Amino acid sequence: MADPNGKGNGSGEPPVLEISGLRLSYYTRAGEVPAVMDFDLTIAKGESVGLVGESGCGKSTVANGIMRYMGKNGGIVGGTIKFQGRDMAELSEEEIRRVRGKDIAMIYQEPMAALNPSLTIAAQLMEVPMIHEGVSEEEAFQRSFDMLAAVNIPDPKRLMDSYPHQVSGGQQQRVVIAMALLSKPALLLLDEPTTALDVTVEAGIVELIAELSKESGASLLYISHNLGLMLEVCDRICVMYSGEVVEEGHIDSIFSWPKHPYTHGLFGCIPLPHADKNARPLAAIKGQLPLPHQRPKGCYFGPRCESFQAGRCDADHIPMEDVHTDDDPAHRVRCLRWNEIDHDAVVSNETTREPIEVGDTVLEVDNMRKYYDVKESTLATLISREAVRQVKANESISFDAGEGETVAIVGESGCGKSTFAKVLMGLETATDGEVRLDGTDLGSIEVKKRTPEQLASLQMVFQNPNDTLNPSHSVGYQIGRVIKRFGIESDPAKIQDRVHKLLDTVKLPRAFAARKPRQLSGGQKQRVGIARAFAGNPKTVIADEPISALDVSVAAAVTELLMDIQREHRTTLLFISHDLSAVRYLSDRVVVMYLGQIMERGTTEEVFAPPYHPYTEALLSAVPIADPEVEKRRIVLEGNLPSPLDPPKGCPFSTRCQRKVGSICDDEPPPVRLDTEGHSIACHIPLEELREVEPVITIPDRDLEATT
Amino acid sequence: MATSTTDAPLVRPDSTIVNAVKAVALLRESPVGLFGALIVLFFVLLAIFAPLVSPFDPNATILPFAFPGTAAPDGGVFLFGTDHLGRDILSRIIWGGQRVLFYATVATISAYIVGIIMGLAAGYFRGYLDEIISFFANVILSFPIMVLYVLIIAKVGASGLNIIFAVVFASSPGIMRIVRGVTMDIATRDYIAASQTRGEGPWYIMLVEILPNARSPLIVDFCLRMGYTTITIGALGFLGLGLPPPDPDWGGMITETRAFVTGGFPHMAILPACAVSLLVLGFNLLADGLREVSLKD
Amino acid sequence: MPQLIMRRIGMMILIMLTVALLLFLMNEGDPRLIARSVLGPYAQDQQLDAWIVQHGYDRHILVRYVEWIGRVMSGDLGDSIIYKRPVNEIFWDRLGNTGILAGVTFVVMVIVALTLGVLAGMKEGSTQDRVISVFSITTTSIPEYASAVLLAWIFVFTLGWLPGTSSMTSGFNVVELILPVMVLTLYGFGYVARMTRASMAEVMTNPYIRTAMLKGLPYRHIIMKHALRNALIAPFTVIMLQINWLLSGVVVTEFAFGYKGFGALLLEAALRRDIFVIEACGTAAVFVAVFTQTIGDLGYTYLNPRIRFK
Repeated sequence: MADPNGKGNGSGEPPVLEISGLRLSYYTRAGEVPAVMDFDLTIAKGESVGLVGESGCGKSTVANGIMRYMGKNGGIVGGTIKFQGRDMAELSEEEIRRVRGKDIAMIYQEPMAALNPSLTIAAQLMEVPMIHEGVSEEEAFQRSFDMLAAVNIPDPKRLMDSYPHQVSGGQQQRVVIAMALLSKPALLLLDEPTTALDVTVEAGIVELIAELSKESGASLLYISHNLGLMLEVCDRICVMYSGEVVEEGHIDSIFSWPKHPYTHGLFGCIPLPHADKNARPLAAIKGQLPLPHQRPKGCYFGPRCESFQAGRCDADHIPMEDVHTDDDPAHRVRCLRWNEIDHDAVVSNETTREPIEVGDTVLEVDNMRKYYDVKESTLATLISREAVRQVKANESISFDAGEGETVAIVGESGCGKSTFAKVLMGLETATDGEVRLDGTDLGSIEVKKRTPEQLASLQMVFQNPNDTLNPSHSVGYQIGRVIKRFGIESDPAKIQDRVHKLLDTVKLPRAFAARKPRQLSGGQKQRVGIARAFAGNPKTVIADEPISALDVSVAAAVTELLMDIQREHRTTLLFISHDLSAVRYLSDRVVVMYLGQIMERGTTEEVFAPPYHPYTEALLSAVPIADPEVEKRRIVLEGNLPSPLDPPKGCPFSTRCQRKVGSICDDEPPPVRLDTEGHSIACHIPLEELREVEPVITIPDRDLEATT
Repeated sequence: MATSTTDAPLVRPDSTIVNAVKAVALLRESPVGLFGALIVLFFVLLAIFAPLVSPFDPNATILPFAFPGTAAPDGGVFLFGTDHLGRDILSRIIWGGQRVLFYATVATISAYIVGIIMGLAAGYFRGYLDEIISFFANVILSFPIMVLYVLIIAKVGASGLNIIFAVVFASSPGIMRIVRGVTMDIATRDYIAASQTRGEGPWYIMLVEILPNARSPLIVDFCLRMGYTTITIGALGFLGLGLPPPDPDWGGMITETRAFVTGGFPHMAILPACAVSLLVLGFNLLADGLREVSLKD
Repeated sequence: MPQLIMRRIGMMILIMLTVALLLFLMNEGDPRLIARSVLGPYAQDQQLDAWIVQHGYDRHILVRYVEWIGRVMSGDLGDSIIYKRPVNEIFWDRLGNTGILAGVTFVVMVIVALTLGVLAGMKEGSTQDRVISVFSITTTSIPEYASAVLLAWIFVFTLGWLPGTSSMTSGFNVVELILPVMVLTLYGFGYVARMTRASMAEVMTNPYIRTAMLKGLPYRHIIMKHALRNALIAPFTVIMLQINWLLSGVVVTEFAFGYKGFGALLLEAALRRDIFVIEACGTAAVFVAVFTQTIGDLGYTYLNPRIRFK
């Protein structure tokens, strides 16, 4: 089945890892659940292979299987894993232990959780060479120290004596990387190593990984759900769906000519730079990932496939087939119809939409400030009674939004976007300034004192699908309660009727009214959340990262749904997000925030083109884009986000700015410079100079032609 | 209070009783828990049908110092023997079980009502209210619990009502702490923010949005506390501070007859000791099983 | 850290003062009751009134409270009504006896509990775990007064190995200590063992244990260096709290075996309304409990680097 000669990067050396026919299963109360099936993979020396897929596709299980670390209820059912020519199945526990951490090392998703909280970083690093190579304590210390320096940690000496919780997330991940590289492994497994980090920090880590793998000559298996990241790190990728690889090949070949309908569908779900909510909307994949014990016969993707052919696709298990292209002899696909389908013809979502006419101003935010008091409890402050420090969560926020308009608020963690949402919703009150909805200042009215009309006119869609619904009550109760509270209906039958209509609107079956949240998938929960927010016909809806916890294909569907409802109700949508791709795709105007302050605001076109604020510029560069033809200028920011408790005195971005002018940036708050009527940038650098900056992203003509 | 009771069937939250039944049904996943449930059920049935299953009048003095299996003078057998005053031990255990279960249940439920209200208020409103409630809880919890019981009962006197009062006083702070912790955790969830932004009142949020989600740790704790209250009532009886005689009380039975254990009549004290241990074991196993099942879900 | 310790100690003093106030109100809230206890049931009303004035009990309760606190601080615990002697002469001996019983029990219990807890939690769901768990849950279900008669039946009546009482009438005798220690340990260790097990099991599922496994560290090294250090933080607090529970058990156990400790003294005093003895015993019990709990809390913060180096 395996074809070791056909793959690899052509060097004559034997492959580092050779997996063929691998089957991994978990044993549950329901019996054996196959997690990974019929899995072949060969990784040559120095090669980087990506494993991409949505959650539940089995990609992390593969990594655990290679390490032979499947937990109590998992096991390898069939196939072979050969590492450096040795069959892993034949190794004893003791021999496996010697391979782990020495020859194969792993890097994990949550660096904070992966490090032991009660041991110093030095202790956790030093034990690797001490145990695997039996080196002395001094040598182990020296090696660990050098390795920390090699992963670009500024003050390795201080870090060695620190405990994990004392360093930032980005540095923790660098420590984990250093730990993995200490014994010079031949193979590095990376399981979503940057998913828990902010984009600008992620960019630094990704760059580091790419550099180190080149230097050390280690092979990489990079596991991620993010196709854009794959493009920056990998030579070759495998796309997984429901426990199987459905397509594999060189990165260019897959990105340029995806053959499998699922791979093709994935690209359709990603808001690439040339996507447009009106002219070229996202094409969500219908349906959802089957549960492992409910996989259909034949092709697992069959029920969701636009090119499904009954009797053929649902007959037998589909084998991998070679796609004989000249560019990539290793391109293989698990589809019977790969050479019959004309992907340009089966674009399922040909609909274009009329742009929404933006109406009168609905929401005005005028110089809004939100300061929090942080109590300090040292003895000194206890005596002097000055026990309060202020955190400026939001500083002078001003912008407005019209009827039917989508305004995005963009920023990384700690930028104050969630505080802003809380003030709007009345869960907090503004310290200063006004937030006017239809002329009434709501910023100073806490939620308890708002009238039902005011409450109904401003509703929210929350971020975490598992948190947005009360697990104890049925979906119907939770939507119905809103309808009743807002006085839209009071008759039980009419409430029920309206609940059903709302479920129709969010494209869920009416029977879901009786379901409990735990019976719903993440995307379905978000839909209920949207139904609840729109139950009272709100004028304005705040969506706080509504899709960031969802898989790509689900996120696309939820995004489209949100925009359809917005269009229909002419709702003003405040879209809070850290994801610039999504923001570019769906918003009319953008507000970029950093440490509680607005750095730049303007229409989407204005913000995404020069003149940029240096932070916007860096943020644009940091976002991975899953399109090999898009050219990107690389800007990697130094350091970490400062603590909001102790922000820089002058410009908040001054500590990390790649275009820092000088001490003026540290000492004085930047002036707000007006580029056009609506486009402003808060920076010490004159606009003329910022206009000279080249665009970060260059979209090739091909796409421009396609749009026009 | 802003709770609603007039919703249509579709939009009514599930009753806690239904959920409790479902939780017990889940116990088939945990054999140990099921065993515990059966023990508890056995004692509950004995208590309910005490008049039918008890072979003798528990307070009648019939034949002193009879060993288990001795035939009674006017028919019947003393299965568990009799005590030094000639009372049938089996009958006393059955009636004593009824008494202990009754007082333990009433006392624990009362303690729960107080503890839940205090805990919800402290955890949801926070601030000074929380500080005051938590301080007094700490004060009460800093007493070794038996010392507290001895002090209270010595002060107010031994009676059924006073025992209930003492249990509520001594164990509601512990319940309050659990509820407070869970409440503070749940209060940060988005669905609470969602209910606040549709203008729900605080008691609706506490009772309808928060409390149902706290049920699994509370059900587990309830079973444990039933066991512990059973122990306490027995201990008070043992120390002579319990339910007033002559009606049977397990702790009292042990203390009255324990001198005879080394004197050749061990069954008099040992059988009630086994009864109380078995009932407590039932509660503990049930709690353990419920915890196991709730973690699995 | 220093202000945390200061705050914790401040809290401890505040709780002690509140507890003392409660005890004082309970026992000395009604001067007539005190007079009645001291003078006996046949005293006339005038005698009671005279006694109250003579001993300053006609003053405001808070004045008396502050005065009482002062006396206690200077070591004067008042006179026992029953024994007609200063409480000091009886109390400290009794407390010492309880100290021996509780101290021995504590050491035995902690050793048994930690060993069994770690063994069970190391391999959650294994036979080893199941057996230990069922054993500890069973012993925890047998209250002291039940195990006292059960063990007396086995070791005193059937086997004849041990004495049935522990009154130490002919001087201190270690053999007489065995049964009470067994009774207390049997009932008490299960809770600590189960907590340790839970903590250990929780730690073993942590991602950093996976990290350690996949770093290729030997299993022994992972348990000793990575797991135990984290797993024993939570049980430490529980162990310190256990002293509070131990004092509860002491009351019952001392009564069961006729051991002359402070628990038996408290019980006797409570039943016979020996006011100053009740106050002394109550205060001492709460002091020990609050003190150990404070140590437990502070120890927890010290053991946990996440709090220590904030």
